[in-house]
Amino acid sequence: MKPSAFHYEKPSSLDGLLDVMGKHGEAARILAGGQSLVPMMNFRLATPEVLIDINGLSELDYIRQDGDSLSIGALTRHNVIYDSPLVAELSPLMAEAYKHVAHTTIRNRGTIGGNLSHADPSSELPAVCICLEGHMILRSKQGTREVPAGEFFLGALETAIQPGEFLAEIKIPVRKPGVGSAFEEVSPRRGDFATTAVAATLQIDGGICQTARIAHAAVADRPARIESAEAVLEGSALDKARINQAAEIAASETEPSLINYHGDADYKRDLLRALTKRALQRASENSVN
Amino acid sequence: MSSVTEIKQVRISLTVNGERHEHEVEPRRLLSDFLREDLGLTGTHVGCEHGVCGTCNIMLDGRTARACLLFAAQCDGAEIRTVESLGTVDKMHPIQEAFWEKHGLQCGFCTPGMLMSAAELLERNPEPSSEEIREAVSSNLCRCTGYQTIVEAVQDAATRIREQANG
Repeated sequence: MKPSAFHYEKPSSLDGLLDVMGKHGEAARILAGGQSLVPMMNFRLATPEVLIDINGLSELDYIRQDGDSLSIGALTRHNVIYDSPLVAELSPLMAEAYKHVAHTTIRNRGTIGGNLSHADPSSELPAVCICLEGHMILRSKQGTREVPAGEFFLGALETAIQPGEFLAEIKIPVRKPGVGSAFEEVSPRRGDFATTAVAATLQIDGGICQTARIAHAAVADRPARIESAEAVLEGSALDKARINQAAEIAASETEPSLINYHGDADYKRDLLRALTKRALQRASENSVN
Repeated sequence: MSSVTEIKQVRISLTVNGERHEHEVEPRRLLSDFLREDLGLTGTHVGCEHGVCGTCNIMLDGRTARACLLFAAQCDGAEIRTVESLGTVDKMHPIQEAFWEKHGLQCGFCTPGMLMSAAELLERNPEPSSEEIREAVSSNLCRCTGYQTIVEAVQDAATRIREQANG
C-alpha cells in the first residue's frame, strides 16, 4: 500500500501553478487536501508521474460574497466552510449538506475544490451545486471560463476540466428571500458517503411554488436534477398531495444505476421517494424568509 | 512529460512533538511511514492506509489529520504532534488515564488515533456532550469496545482536565 514514485512540485503562485502544469502536462495531477487522491495513490489506482501540491496557494482559500453570489476558493477546507457563519447565512442548503460531509479529521484537510474535481457520484457537494445552479470557475493559461454545475459533472470521477485547466472557484447564488431548502440523506453511518441523498429548493410566493429545484446524489454515475418532479410543483399550490406526487415521480422516473452493497435499484428508488418527500416538506416549511 | 524526469528528494524541516527535525525524503514517503520508520515514533499506528480507520491520526498545526494521507514532503515547516506528545507510562495524560480507567480500549490498536481525536475535541470543546463525543470519534474505527466505554472515557477525561485546570 505505497504510492508509486512521483516527482513533487509545490508552486508558490497561481502563475507558478500554470507554469508547472504546462511543463508536465497530463503526467501531472493536482494535490489539494489529498483525502481522495492519496487513497487512490496508496492503492495505485492513480499513479501520477508528477504531483503538483497547491497547498501553498492561499489565494485560493477564501469565502466571500460577490453581489448575488457566494464565492468559495477551491482550496477552502471543508471545516472552514462547515463553520462559516457567512455560508450558513447566504446558503442554508450548502450549510445543511455539510453536516453530512465526512468526519472532522477528513474535513480538516479536504477542500471543496478537490471534492468537486474528484466528482465522486456519492458525494453531497456536487448535488448541492447542481441544485443551486452554481458555476465552476476554471482557469488556464488561456484565461478563465465559467462552467454551469449542471454541465460540469460528466460521469463518475469525470468532469469538464480540460488538460491545462484547474478549478479555481465555486460560485453559487445567494439564497433569495422566500426560498426554502433542505438536504436529506441516508448513509450507513453519519459522515459516510451517501447511499442516496436529495437536495431541494423551493421558491414560494403567495402559497404558489414559483421555482422548484431537486437534485439527487448517489443514484447514478453523476448527480442530476429531477426535472419531471420539479415540473409538477412549479405553478402549483404546495399541499401534501402535490409533494407526494413529486416524490412519486422522482422515484419512478429516475433509473438508479449506481448500485453497490449499500443499496440496489429498488432500495434507492424507495429512498428517492422518501427523501424527496421529506426534503420538499421541509423546504416548503422553511421557505418563509 | 517523459518518464525520464528525475525524482528529486525533498528537504524538509519540521517540528515533531516539540523537536526540530531536518530530513531528506522521497516525495512518495507517507507521513505515517516517516514518523514510524525515519523518526522511530511507532505510537502512530498504520491500519487501512487509505484514510478510513483513523488509527494514524496525528495533529498537523493543531488539527487532526490522517498521517497516511499526507506526504512527509508536504510537511516542511509544519508542527506535528503524535500520540507520544501526550504522556508517558509514568506520567500519563488525563485522556490516557481516563481511557485506562474506563476501559476505553481492549486490543489497543485504534487507541493512538482515538486519543488524538479526543485531544482535538477537548482542546476545542472542554465540555462536550456525549453526542459531540460520538461525532468526534466517529471517524476512528474500533472493532473491540463497541465505543460505549470510549465515549465514557472521553467524558471522564473532560472532567479530569477541568479539575486539573481548577487545581
